[in-house]
Formats: sequence, C-alpha cells, structure tokens
Amino acid sequence: MLSSLRQNARVVAALGRRSIRQTFRRPQLMAPIIIFPTLLLAVQTGGAGEAVNLPGFPEVNGFLDFMLAGAMIQSCLLAGNSGGIALAVDIEMGFTDRLLAAPISRFAMVLGRLAGTAALGAFSAVYYIVLGLAFGAQIEEGVIGIVLMIVFVTLSAVAFGGIGAAIALRSGSASVVQGLFPLVFVILFLSSAFFPYELMQEPAATIAEYNPVSFIVEGVRDPVISTLTGADAAKAFVSILGIMAVSLGLSAGALRHRLRTGG
Amino acid sequence: MSTAAAIQAGWPTVTALVKRSANELLRVPGAAIPGVLAPTIFFIGLTSVFAELTELRGFGTDNYQSFLIPVSMLQGAGFTGAATGVNLARDIEQGWFDRLLASPAPRPALLAGLVFSASVRALVPAVVLLGVAFAIGADWPGFLGLLVTLFAVMAMGTVAALYGCALALRFRTQAAAPLMQAGMFVGVLMTTSYAPKNLLQPWLQTVAEINPVTQVLEMARQGFVTGGVTWGETWPGLVALAALIAVFAALALRGMNRMAD
Repeated sequence: MLSSLRQNARVVAALGRRSIRQTFRRPQLMAPIIIFPTLLLAVQTGGAGEAVNLPGFPEVNGFLDFMLAGAMIQSCLLAGNSGGIALAVDIEMGFTDRLLAAPISRFAMVLGRLAGTAALGAFSAVYYIVLGLAFGAQIEEGVIGIVLMIVFVTLSAVAFGGIGAAIALRSGSASVVQGLFPLVFVILFLSSAFFPYELMQEPAATIAEYNPVSFIVEGVRDPVISTLTGADAAKAFVSILGIMAVSLGLSAGALRHRLRTGG
Repeated sequence: MSTAAAIQAGWPTVTALVKRSANELLRVPGAAIPGVLAPTIFFIGLTSVFAELTELRGFGTDNYQSFLIPVSMLQGAGFTGAATGVNLARDIEQGWFDRLLASPAPRPALLAGLVFSASVRALVPAVVLLGVAFAIGADWPGFLGLLVTLFAVMAMGTVAALYGCALALRFRTQAAAPLMQAGMFVGVLMTTSYAPKNLLQPWLQTVAEINPVTQVLEMARQGFVTGGVTWGETWPGLVALAALIAVFAALALRGMNRMAD
C-alpha cells in the first residue's frame, strides 16, 4: 500500500516536472500564462487608472493594487486551459496510451498534469507579486498576505486545471480545448476581476456579484488593498474547493469514459 | 521592367492567392470564428466593465460603446492579419511556400496576394462587431465616418499581415505565433484605447504619443465620438498607416529575398 503510494507520488512528480518543462519550452503555452495577462495588466492599469477617482470605487493605493488579483486569476484560468491543451496533445500523439499501459494508477496521469499546473500557478503568483511590488503596488497585509495569495492562486490553478483536463480527456482534441480560450475571458469579464461589480453595467454586475470567480479574486485581492478579513478569505477558500471538487470529479468521470470506450 | 509592366506581370499571382484565401474562408468558415469571437467578447466585456469611466471629468463622450468600438474593430483586424502570418509560417513549415518562391512569380506579388487577402478578411470581424455595437447602443458614426473606420480597419489588417509575414519569414515556424498576436495586442491597446489621452497614466500617455496606431485609432474613432469627419483628425492616421505599411513591407520583402537566397 505504502510502496504503491510512493510509486504513484513519483509518477505524479515526474509528470508534473515534464508538464512544467513542456510549458517553458513552448512559447504557445507560456504566452497565455505570462505575456498576455501582463500586457493586459499594463494596458488596463495605464488606461483605466483614473477609475480609482470614481465615486464608489474601493479605497486603494493605486489601480495596480486593485488589478493584481485579477491578473493572477486570469493567469490561473489560462494555465488551466494551456494544461488542458498539452494533455490533449499527449492524447493525440499517443503518449497517454503508453501511460495507460504502464503499471501505475490511471488518475496519477491527471494528477501529474495538475501538479504541473499548480507549480505554474505558484510561479505566476510570485511573478505578479514581484511585478506589482516593482511597479509600486503595496500589499497591506505584508508577508502573511503574500503567503495567502500564493496559496489561493496555486489552489485555483489546480481547480481550473481540472476543468481543462476534464475537457481534454473527454474530447481528446487540442483544438477543442483551445477553442475554449475565449470562454476564459467571458468568465473574467463576468466577475469582479477587473472592476468592482457595483460599478459594472447590468446584467454583468449581477452575474459578477454571484460568480464564484469573483469570490476567489476578492480573496486574493483582500490582503493587497486592506487588512485581512476572514469572510473574504473563507468565501475564496470555499469557492476554490467547490470548483476543485467539481473539476476533479469531471476529470475522473472523463478518464473512466475514455478507458471504457477507448476514446 | 516599368512599374505598369511589373504590376501586370504580378497581378495573376495576387488574384490567385486572394482566391486561395477566399476558398479557405468559404470551405472552412469555422476558421474565421476565433478572429471574430475574441474581439467581440472583449468589446462586450470591456463595455460592461469599464463603461463608468465616461463619468470621469474630461472623458469627452458619455457613450463607452461608441468610444470602444473602433478599438475592437482594429483589434479584430490585427488578429486577422496576425493569422495571415501564422498561416504563412505553416506554409513555410510544410514546404508549400518554397514552391511559390521557386516559381517565376514576382516576390512583391506573392506578398501582395497574402496582404490583400488579410485586408479583405479584416472586414469580417469588423462587420460582426458593428452589428453588436449598434445592437447594444453605439451611436451611428455617419456614412463618411463609417467609411473612414472601415478604411482604417482594412489598412490595419494590411499592416498586421505585413508584420505577421515579416515575423513568419524571419522565424519560419508557427511557434512565433504569440509574437505576432502580442505585437498586435500591444500595438492596438497601448494607445488611447481605454480612455482619452488626458486621462491615461503618464507612462501610457507617452507610449500612446509615440505609437503610430494612436493616430490610426483617432482617425477611425472620430465619426463615432463626434459624429463627423475632419481632415485634421484624418491625415495623421493616413500618414501613420503609410509609414507602417512601408516599414513592414520592406521587412517582409527582405525576409522573402533572404529565404529565397
């Protein structure tokens, strides 16, 4: 039992390392995680920075402080999508079939991919925190806030990565997973990732108020713009766990379906 | 060879490549969807999120849909043009473009064929975006205003295609796709895209002043924001477009000549 667990942990670690190397080697997979969210962060901070003067906008040191959490969650969502694309490419090229023939737990294959996505999530959290601090953002809650942000972003990457993995396993097609890329932006625009939902137009404002992604963004944002509140952190944590449970359940179901039907 | 003779010699090549591109669009209409979908989602999303910016003093218009629609149309043209670069990289990887280079077709005609196709294809997302914009409350820009915007869209599609082709000929791999898309993303958005110049952060004000696409955007936007077209708002955009086309055409032609050598 213990040796089997140890063996599967080794498989997960090896596949996770492979997944990270794959992402760093392929600009197509890296660009959505770092380049596009960074560019969008720069453009939105520079272009809509005066929004902090609007009546009803939360008290913040600057618009960058407000936007950092949105960039991190955008990066996580896109990391999940990129992970799904990479998994689908593995399926298309037959790499997954070889893993299925190996004497390892089937779900370790999915967990390996998600371990890589989690590492990318942690990397993107650190990257955006460093970027934000370099450009004048202030994290009100200090080191504890930074740790909490990294934890939330890493867990979010696993939760969103599970959705990408489920779609990749169900469809077996990289182009299908890639086609979902615009959906990431629909989810983001219908959340408080870029603006307080109270100042958004209807119906987006109402949807954003109840969108779980808003709760996650606000949990990541809270330590940056104010002293930590338990309520925001709890809502973020519950939302992440909820999405993770659903996405991992869907991945397990999709994997079972693939094993049963062979495709 | 005189210019007229050169155009006459290259024209069949240009039309053949335009037809090939049109065939791609007719046979695989789904291929056009990503180029339409992304700017449409951005347009609807950004107007839902940032519409309150018009409440800021000095914004200049109270209709954010009207303010933003030219940005999304230029973004659509940019993505369509970048896709031309990606397609060229695919043709280079598969060896199809080598066969074109080995043919007696003049190289400027090969480039013109790719670029004309992109400028026409740029109208596809533009028309869809216009329909969406009018449906959610953008103001009518006037007939002349609309013509100027559509001209800017086609010219921006040309610029983006030339930029994409220059990169495709330099790197000769589809892995350069993010560079093509990111270049257009930066080019179109690092302007007065979200707000007028007086409301941008100082660093972006400086970038927007240097970025020639700002002039193209202001030219395309004038009808939507003021309801009219003036020569003063138009000529800087025309100069910027001419300069961008000249620079990227020279780079793309140089890349083509190097590849053939």
